[in-house]
Amino acid sequence: MVKLSEHLRRTGVFSMEEVNRVMPPPEVLKKGPVAVVECIQEIPCDPCHASCPFGAIKEFKDINDLPEIDWEKCTGCTLCVAKCPGLAIFVVDASCDGDDALLKLPYEFYPVPEKGEEVELLNRAGEVVGKGEVRSVIEPHKDGTKVVTVHVPKDMIADVRHVRVVR
Amino acid sequence: MRKTEVLVVGGGPAGLSAAIAAASMGAKVLLVDDGLKLGGQLVKQTHKFFGSHRQSAGVRGIKIAGMLLSDIEKLKDKIEVVSNTTATGYYQDDGVVTAMTGEDVYMKIKSERVIIATGASERMLTFPNNDLPGVYGAGAVQTLMNVYGIVPGDRVLMVGAGNIGLIVSYQLMQANVEVATVVEAMPYIGGYLVHASKIRRLGVPIYTSHTILEVYGKDAVEAAAIVKLDSKWQPIPSTKRILNVDTVCLSVGLSPLIELLWQAGCKMKYVPQLGGNVVLRDKYMRTSRRDIFVAGDVAGIEEATSAMLEGKLAGLIAASDLGYAYDGWEADREDTLSSLEELRRGPLSEKIRSGLKEVVVEW
Repeated sequence: MVKLSEHLRRTGVFSMEEVNRVMPPPEVLKKGPVAVVECIQEIPCDPCHASCPFGAIKEFKDINDLPEIDWEKCTGCTLCVAKCPGLAIFVVDASCDGDDALLKLPYEFYPVPEKGEEVELLNRAGEVVGKGEVRSVIEPHKDGTKVVTVHVPKDMIADVRHVRVVR
Repeated sequence: MRKTEVLVVGGGPAGLSAAIAAASMGAKVLLVDDGLKLGGQLVKQTHKFFGSHRQSAGVRGIKIAGMLLSDIEKLKDKIEVVSNTTATGYYQDDGVVTAMTGEDVYMKIKSERVIIATGASERMLTFPNNDLPGVYGAGAVQTLMNVYGIVPGDRVLMVGAGNIGLIVSYQLMQANVEVATVVEAMPYIGGYLVHASKIRRLGVPIYTSHTILEVYGKDAVEAAAIVKLDSKWQPIPSTKRILNVDTVCLSVGLSPLIELLWQAGCKMKYVPQLGGNVVLRDKYMRTSRRDIFVAGDVAGIEEATSAMLEGKLAGLIAASDLGYAYDGWEADREDTLSSLEELRRGPLSEKIRSGLKEVVVEW
């Protein structure tokens, strides 16, 4: 059984160690957009594997296994982001030079942000940690779950996990 | 007296799956449901389901209800549906089920096989003023919001951090209702942590080892007090806090709706891991009475995917008893059994597994 931190089990927020466990290493991040799979509790669930057209999320031996991602194969396409029932997959693109990065987050709220709109950036505990510009909003499976691409400073890619529209 | 071959009581995920399986085998099915529309709890599940992609995981519950209903429609020459009808009794001497449509039409039903898929009811919690308007079961709030489009209030205290409490909190936030706090008496979050993370990043705090003390208000809820519990589950008075909320949602567990099974004289057992009194049954869902089967939450509190698989098993076996079959049905049966086992194999299903050990028997 996978070990989960007291902090996560009591509060629902990842500990630093758990953030580090799921984040891709710098050499992967340099190459291009990749999925970060924040699913570290063994629950019976496997649609992420079936949703990946590149075979980057390995086939499950047992449905309770944790998803295993092959970052070599992942293109950051976001099909798994919009499929995951736990809304626990995000795509980070920190491949540009400089301080800029993009985050692609699952989004199921109204109002839907618009391209070019400035939105609040929230961390895993729901605290506002900055503002960012929305670059695109798509709905990959046309099933109500949208994927919002937002611009964030590179040093926040491991922290920001939600956006809030402020109008 | 209505006569049928397979009577299914309950039109939720388990009952619908049972009716579809029995009718696919060739049996004549009567499906009785107390709702105005079929689907049970599925119709208010606006979130995507976990489980295997082979069994509609990643699909919203309400869509799954639609898929099952379209299967029922395709089998309409075999399945008769009677909605707005509550099964009110089982009479052991002649095996008759009585039912009531609306409030004044009664009927008797005699069936060669009966599948009880009545589901569960929400548990209540005792605290001062728990009868004030504004105190709801979380499932009731889900029905109000997601079926009827009515929000329960402006600011909610959610009691219980199991999957239902976490999911309904998320859905309240989607409906633009503020969730002030989720409190959970256990030291740890009971539901899937991904559900907890979903509401935490929206800014909803979750306090474990906390409970509700009382509710204040004249004609309706105006505020609620919460308190921290020590390691012996005793409130620590100095930690009492008042929250300004107009709604309290209770998601503190479910109890199987087993009345018909008691009346039928089926062998029962108290198994807390499965939600209380449940029926003894074999792995194919047959009870101690050869002609009565169970499926879904009535057989032990679990979730909708396992309910659908149990319903399918019960439907197949009940119809096979009567001599019906289709090509490959036995392979389907074994595949359904192994899917159920796989679902229950994970570390979070430990409680279910230990409960099932006490009720799954061989007749």
